[in-house]
Order: sequence, then structure tokens, then C-alpha cells
Amino acid sequence: MNVGIVMLVHTALDRAEQVLRHWHAAGCPVVVHVDAKVASKTYDTFVAGLADLENVRFSTRHRCEWGGWGIVAASQAASELMLHEFPDVAHVYLASGSCMPLRPVQELQSYLAARPRTDFIESATTADVPWTVGGLDEERFTLRFPFSWKRQRKLFDWWVEVQRRYKLQRRIPAGLVPHMGSQWWCLTRQTLSAILEDPDRPSWDRYFRQVWIPDESYFQTLSRLYSQNIESRSLTLSKFDFQGKPHIFYDDHLQLLRRSDCFVARKIWPRADRLYDTFLGDPAGAMSGTEPNPGKIDRIFAKAVERRTRGRPGLYMQSRFPNENWENGVTSARYSVFEGFAELFEDFEPWLAKVTGARVHGHLFAPEGAEFDGRQDTFAGALSANPKLRDYNAWMFLTNLIWNTRGERQCFQFGPRDSQFISWDIAKDPNAQISVISGAWAVPLFLSNENFSVLRAKAAKLQKIEADHLYALRSTYAKARIRIWTMAEFIEAPTEALQTVIDETGSPGLRRLTEAPRLIDLKGFGQFLQNLKNQGMHPYLMGDFPVDRAPSQAKPGRRKPYLVK
Amino acid sequence: MRKRRQLTEVVNRTAAIAPSDILVFSTFRNEDVRLPYFLKYYREMGVNHFLMVDNDSDDGGREYLAEQPDVSLWSTTASYKKSRFGVDWLNGLQMRYGHRHWCLVVDPDELFVYPFCDSRPIQALTDWLDASSIRSFSAMLIDMYPKGRLDELPYRRGDNPLDIAAWFDAGNYSIKRNPGLKNLWIQGGPRSRMFFQDEPWRAPALNKIPLVKWDRAYAYVSSTHMLLPRGLNLTYDEWGGEKASGALLHTKFLDTFTIKAAEELSRKQHYANSHEYVAYAAGLNENPDLWCKWSEKYINWRQLEILGLMSKGNWA
Repeated sequence: MNVGIVMLVHTALDRAEQVLRHWHAAGCPVVVHVDAKVASKTYDTFVAGLADLENVRFSTRHRCEWGGWGIVAASQAASELMLHEFPDVAHVYLASGSCMPLRPVQELQSYLAARPRTDFIESATTADVPWTVGGLDEERFTLRFPFSWKRQRKLFDWWVEVQRRYKLQRRIPAGLVPHMGSQWWCLTRQTLSAILEDPDRPSWDRYFRQVWIPDESYFQTLSRLYSQNIESRSLTLSKFDFQGKPHIFYDDHLQLLRRSDCFVARKIWPRADRLYDTFLGDPAGAMSGTEPNPGKIDRIFAKAVERRTRGRPGLYMQSRFPNENWENGVTSARYSVFEGFAELFEDFEPWLAKVTGARVHGHLFAPEGAEFDGRQDTFAGALSANPKLRDYNAWMFLTNLIWNTRGERQCFQFGPRDSQFISWDIAKDPNAQISVISGAWAVPLFLSNENFSVLRAKAAKLQKIEADHLYALRSTYAKARIRIWTMAEFIEAPTEALQTVIDETGSPGLRRLTEAPRLIDLKGFGQFLQNLKNQGMHPYLMGDFPVDRAPSQAKPGRRKPYLVK
Repeated sequence: MRKRRQLTEVVNRTAAIAPSDILVFSTFRNEDVRLPYFLKYYREMGVNHFLMVDNDSDDGGREYLAEQPDVSLWSTTASYKKSRFGVDWLNGLQMRYGHRHWCLVVDPDELFVYPFCDSRPIQALTDWLDASSIRSFSAMLIDMYPKGRLDELPYRRGDNPLDIAAWFDAGNYSIKRNPGLKNLWIQGGPRSRMFFQDEPWRAPALNKIPLVKWDRAYAYVSSTHMLLPRGLNLTYDEWGGEKASGALLHTKFLDTFTIKAAEELSRKQHYANSHEYVAYAAGLNENPDLWCKWSEKYINWRQLEILGLMSKGNWA
């Protein structure tokens, strides 16, 4: 009873030899298949270098191309040689030159000896696996693939398309249920010989010759016909990324591999000296685990694939610059925009910071420069408050700010005095919470000491700008959480409106507001609006303000109506 | 092509280049003080050969390089500006010696950083890029600066410049797409923040693609910012994912800089009529401290990765 190693080699022959000697030293016979693409001179040197080993054989060389039949032909030839030459071999382990045993070979031998009737081969039906690349799963078995994917990509794609359009499907041979799985298996003599000596083999081979990537389906499918006991997993730890190429292990994966308790890992970078020294060097450094446990490695590689395909939401950088609507989150976190609040309440910013615990800025897009919290010249990420730098790329200024302050909610004031570049962007951003008291921009004008003709011109301009902004907020493109009150509506019940807004900022530990900020004294505001009207400028965004009304802070909030069922 | 004739061979050891060697191409002028650390840094990374163009140095740097066993050296007294800031000279050399090699084009004040660079040599990266069928690898320029006045701590030959220029801006970069050549156009950092407040569009470009599996049909268009054919400039993902990328730590802002700025100003050999240097000279006379409260101190590549300045992509 022993394990025989079938080794497929195509590059890094020096490393292959090192691993081969390791297998051999532990008493495993080895059959090597060297890719026909390797120059014969290199091959001869390789063979001569192994002449001192007794239980090593070299099988007929085939040309192995990714996705083609060659790899299966090579595995068949080498396996036949193995079964023929080494009668005491009970399990055959298919490995490559860049595979490396992580645990002492004796452990693998006793593990398999304890499971003499078990075939370790990952084998799942096509309907059940999501891991195919390029959209070819079922079609691997129903179309023909005469062209090389690597060298004749256009022909390959064209021929697939033609077959799809004209429904040129071929029939899967009766009795076969296509299965797929990792190329690296470990089969018992019984199962393997049954596959190789099957009288129907020529017809199976003829069929699989034109299946796409047959090395992931030939043995996986046929073993289902003969095996008494399939354990559908590979003993070789081998992870694939989103392009279908194997992840590579480097020196810095040492601890990870040690803790994986896997028998064999693939693929090892040929220059990962420390890995080779450690795992092939002294058996004392080896692991003493029981069942393989590649969970942690799985997670790391799964994360890498996600980083490549989904990226970090809200990040714009040199290697992630998504097209519109492909951002997977245009900003990285939620934030709140307040329009008109700072105009209507005294000391609104400190109050807001106190009740929400968030970072509260002034008008970030003020014409004089960004009003960062504390009115600093720079802010997180060394963002400059300079208005020209900011407006040069205003939307990135905001996405940068949100990214730079991950973990801390940002709030800022916005209004028609500010530069409006981001008006549409924030409206379209689902991360934005925008609360507007329309027309509140008139309050600073009302309080100012400027000549009325100047005020009138300013009011007209601001009203136009805010109307445009509100148009964006009310458009069908708007995805932000938006609340708009006219100023008149808002001061009817300011506390309730504030409560709603604050609740939506979602800060943890919020209770009912006990202390509302002070409303600015609006006595005479109605008259001010009337004066504007009298001058021919019609302020409408603030809603209806009677000339004589002066709402005051003292007015108690209305009682909530009881719900009667 | 023609510009290559402006180069005089000082010492040519390119016969020693093996087929899989990784090559560094660089031009320099009076950078003797930086050269020892530059060579050390890239040798340790796994670079096999340096192909350098000396633009009329008179500080002994040329003589020093000529003695190095892994350096091939050319020299020229021609105009840096007319050679499109050295690009023509290096394109010529790359066409001749870089074909089918991974070529890294960096200035002596640029230190290349890539994912896992503290545990994997550059061959690990290039092997992985080869296996992934990726031909070009971007590394954005990150301006490093000291805390305090530039001339406060003197840089000594052989030292790690990052010991002094240890700080950088983490998140104030502006990115736009260049529809013509499809590259990204990145601006920002301390230079933009300090020297180009009034004309941000004139701030220097920080996007760079310094590492390319070279083919003699390729060419850099403007410094290492853009390449032809333009497919090489698509080093960014447009569908939400992240491609792998690195960084070039730009250690220009040392005490040597003030002298250099004055000298370059008088030579007028730099981009856009040395506008950059005019701005520097003006800015540096007023307040030479680039550091601010929100500056980030450099630790390692993982920090840059977390900050979102570079990415591992799907390399793990």
C-alpha cells in the first residue's frame, strides 16, 4: 500500500526536481510528465539529473495548453505508467511541479491508508457551481472548442457565438453526467484503472477532446461512474482568482500555510525560498494537524477577488476610477447637508455637533473658502480650504472629505450663496441626507445693513440659484434622502421638524430633543418680504409670511393628535 | 530616435543583461548625493541593471556611476527641454535595450513602492503581472516632505531620504480623465496645496506608469505620465473594481531642493517654462514649511493601501 505521485511539469524544473526528490525520499514512486513545449535539451538534462533515483519514471510527452486536451492525455499516460510499473501503489496523487507538500509525506500516506476505498476528487454538477469563468459552464459540454483560448481568442469567441446562434449543440453521451472540479485529484487504483481500462474509453476520449477545459471535467465526470466512495474535495489547496488563474503563494504566506493543515498547496512561486526551505527542509517544522482547514486562506483570497471586482465604495484613486453608475456607492459613507438651518437658528453648528456627536462644518462651499469645523485652513487628508483648489474639482473635494473621515459622520451647511458645482451630485447620492428650509437665505439679508437696492438684487439672484437646486432635488434622478420645508412651514413647528432630521442622521444614543436651538428673531421679516415684493422682486421660496406676524420662540409646540382607532 | 544620437556612451555593460532581468532607466543631473541610496534601494528590490543618462553633471555623479558593475551610462550636454524632458533619450535606450524586459523608469528622487514590497522582490510582482496578462503598472507620485523648514535637516549621501522627508498628503488629490490618451490626470498633494492655490490647473501631474513590460513599439509621450499605444494607460478599473497599483515616493523636498530650484529657474529647462519652479521659488521664500496638522507620516505600503492611495487589486 503506497501513494504514487503523478507530477505534471512545465516550468521551473529545478523546483520540480526538489519537490520530486522530497516525494521520492519519503518512499513514493513518482511518474513525471514534462510538457512537450520544454526544449529537448532542457528535458534531457532534467532526466539525467534524476538518474540516481530508483522509483522515478518519465511518461510520453504531450503538448499541454491551458483549456486543451493535452493535460488530460498527459495525466492518462502518466497514470497508466504508474499503475503498470508500481503494483503496490493504492492511491495515485496528481500534482504539478509547482505543488508543495506542506505536511510530512508519511502523514499523507497514513491518511490515505486509513481510507483505502476513498477517492478524493472535487466533483460537482455544472448546475451547482458558480466558479466558472467566461460564462461557459453547461456549454463546456455541449459546444465544440477547436480553437485555442490563449492564442486564437477571437476565433474562439466567434466560434462559440456561431454555435450559440445556430444551435449547433452536440449531445452529451448517454450515461454521462457532466461534473466539474479542481484539476488536482487523488484516486484509488480501482477507480483510476476502471477509468483507464474502460472498453468505452475511446468514445469518452473522443467526446472530451472537444470539451472546454477537460482537465477539470474528465476524471471528475468519469469517476462518478466507477467510484464506490467519492469525497468531493481536493487534497491540494489551490485557489483561483476571478480570471481563473491560480493564486500564488509567497514567503509571506508561510504562517498561513502552516496553519492550513493541508497536505499539498499550489501554486508556489518558484523563488519563494523560505517556503521551500521550510516545508521541504526539516520534518520537525511540519504541522501536526488532522483534517485540512484552509478557511483562513480561503477568506484572504476571496477578499482579494472582491477588492478587484467590487473595490472600496466611494474611493476614487489611480487604479479605481469608475464610470458613472458603476461606483458601487458614489461616496464612502453617509453624510448630512443642512440648508437654511444655520441662517434660521443662532449657533446652529455647535448645537448640532452636541446633539448628534457628528463632525459639523459650516458652509463647505462658501465663496470665501471651505468653512471646516473650527475654521481650519486644512482638514482631514490635508484638504485645503482654498476656494479655487476646492472648486477646481468640487465633487472630488467632497468625496475626498467623506473618504478621509471614514468612521465619523460629516454634516455641513449649504445654500445658494455657495458654489453650486455639487448641487446635482449630492442630489443623486443615496448617501446624502439633505434637509432644506427653502428661502432661509433671506434671513441674513433681512438682518444686514445694506442698501435695499443691493439687497433686492442679491435676493433675486439667491432665489434663482436655490430654485435651480430645488429642481435638482425634486428631479427623478435624485436618490438622496431629501426633506424640504418652506421657511413658513418650518417655523410653524420647528422642534418637530428638527427632531425628524436629527433622528435621520442615525447617530447612536439619540433621545428626544430636550433643548432646541434659538430661532433668530424674525420680527419685521414679513414686512421685509413685502418690501421686496413692492420693489417688483417676488420672494416665493419661503412660503407665505403675513406682514405682521412675528413668530417667536415662546410659542409651544402643538400637541400631537391622539390616534383613535 | 534621432535624439539618441545626442547620447555619448560612457560605459556600456548591457551585454550582461539576461533575458528575464528587470531594468531601471533614469536620467539625472547633479544628483550625486542621491545616487548611492538610489542604487541600494533598487538593488535590494531585485533590479538587475541600471541604464542611466547623465545630463551634464559636474558633481562627480557620473564618475561614481561609471564604476558600478550593474550600471550602463550615457551622457549628453543637449537640452533637457528639447528632448521632451529626457523622454526622447530614454525612449531610444528602451527601444534598444528594454525590448521584452520589465522596465522601470524612475528619477533618482523617486522611490517605487508596490504591494508586498517589504516581503516580495520585484520579480514576484512582474511574474504575477505576466501571469495576469498585464503590461503596465501605475504608481502615482506622492510628494514627501519634512516637518519644519526644508533646510532644517541636511541630507547626507547614502541616507534614506524618507528619514527626513517622512510626511505626505493623504487625501487631497483631484482626478480627471484625459479623453485623448485615456490616462487619468491626477493633481494635488502639497505642491498643489502650497504653490498652485491660484491656478490649480497648472499643478504638476502626479499620475505615472513607471513599470512596463516593454516592447520596442511602445513610447512614453510625456515623462512617464502617458504611453503609446494608449491601451497601456488603462491602468485603472472603470467598473467599480480596483486594479493593483503602487506609488512613487517623491523625495524632492530635502534641503537640496532650494538650491536646485534656483538653479533650475535660471536654466529654464523644465515643463511649461519652469512655471513650477517659479511658483516654488516664490512659495519657498515666504514659508518653506509644507507640513500641516493633517499631514500623514509614512509607515509602509500597507498604510498607503488603507488610505486608498494604492491598491493590492487581486494580488494576495
